[in-house]
Amino acid sequence: MNYAVWGRMVLYLLGHQTMRGKFDGAEHLVRLVVVAFVAVLLFFALRKVMVPSEFGKYGHFRPAALAEIASKAPVYAGRGACADCHDDVVKLKSEGKHANVACETCHGAASVHAADPDKQKPLLPDTKLLCPSCHEASTAKPSKFPQVVSSDHAGDAACGTCHKPHEPNKSPEDKS
Amino acid sequence: MSMSRRDLLAAAGKFIILSGAAQEAMESATGDLAPDSKYRMAEHYWAMTIDINKCIGCGNCVKACAQENEVPKGFFRTWVERYEVSGDDLEHPRVDSPNGGMNGFPSIDKPADKAFFVSKLCNHCAHSPCVQSCPVGATFESPDGVVLVDQKYCVGCGYCIQACPYGCRYMHPTKHVADKCSLCYHRITKGLTTACCEVCPTGSRRLADLKDPKDPVHDFLRVNKIQVLKPEMATGAKVFYKDLDGSVR
Repeated sequence: MNYAVWGRMVLYLLGHQTMRGKFDGAEHLVRLVVVAFVAVLLFFALRKVMVPSEFGKYGHFRPAALAEIASKAPVYAGRGACADCHDDVVKLKSEGKHANVACETCHGAASVHAADPDKQKPLLPDTKLLCPSCHEASTAKPSKFPQVVSSDHAGDAACGTCHKPHEPNKSPEDKS
Repeated sequence: MSMSRRDLLAAAGKFIILSGAAQEAMESATGDLAPDSKYRMAEHYWAMTIDINKCIGCGNCVKACAQENEVPKGFFRTWVERYEVSGDDLEHPRVDSPNGGMNGFPSIDKPADKAFFVSKLCNHCAHSPCVQSCPVGATFESPDGVVLVDQKYCVGCGYCIQACPYGCRYMHPTKHVADKCSLCYHRITKGLTTACCEVCPTGSRRLADLKDPKDPVHDFLRVNKIQVLKPEMATGAKVFYKDLDGSVR
């Protein structure tokens, strides 16, 4: 069936004069065909309304979701943000074994502090609890990683009594 | 100017096809994320590398992830497992991960012959079983290689949670939609690294951009013995482990 027949059917149902008498005896078929045609149109109209715009642009998903997910604000500011103001500490740290340990590993998430330094102060952790979280001896840790049994090594003393977290290379005797 | 209906339809058809193709080509080349963003999806393909020999099981990654992504208590987008293997019994390792390893690990009473930590997270598979199982297109692989969840579109059926062979997904207890590691998509699109990689004190975890020729990941993959988790499942996992033990499941 070509387009011309479709057209003639619609014109016939609309009572157009040129089609008068053309489908006599087959009106029921014409009606069926037109109902089917309207159903298809309705399907595409509903699809247009119900499927989010641009769905499928990059794959079988809603492309706007990418920007929505990406728009969330970071909680951890990143070490670059810390270096903007605290370059003295970053320099001190860069010469020691903790050079690659990020500020926020010990001092906690700092994006609020980075945006407004007065609004939130980063954590000043208790070295007695902080240092063992990495350096407490464990058979599962890589053997070359520096580790101690803290109770044997320091008793009840906090690690910061002898060691400086920003320059851990210095031996306890160097402490000034 | 006269034009037959056939000519008109043919011309219109060509216009639609050609302009559509041109638009498609433009988008795949630039891959805009947002009008104000400098980030181009087409320039990145994200992955992660994990060096088993550097992981000390401190749990900083788990803590940072929970804080960065508001992960509900008792659920994990990343976690650390401690494996203990006795002798040749690779098939029966003792594995523990108290609270995801968030607060470290208790000392071992009877040490096994070998013990090590394995941190885990979504493998951001290139052929994800989770994406294939989603009936509504709410979870997807982004053009820059990150498996994400469109939480506005998710119907919470949970098929993806069953489909993930790595157990990396969970049903969010209050949002009632699937949730998982987003590879900190909100950070990496702003030029930051993920929260877990940011705080990892030993550099065991590193975010990697496979499309960046200067990224150290290329050397990492070339020089070391690399394994992914469950390679037999052919998921196209993109979390690359260095010196992964055969006992790890």
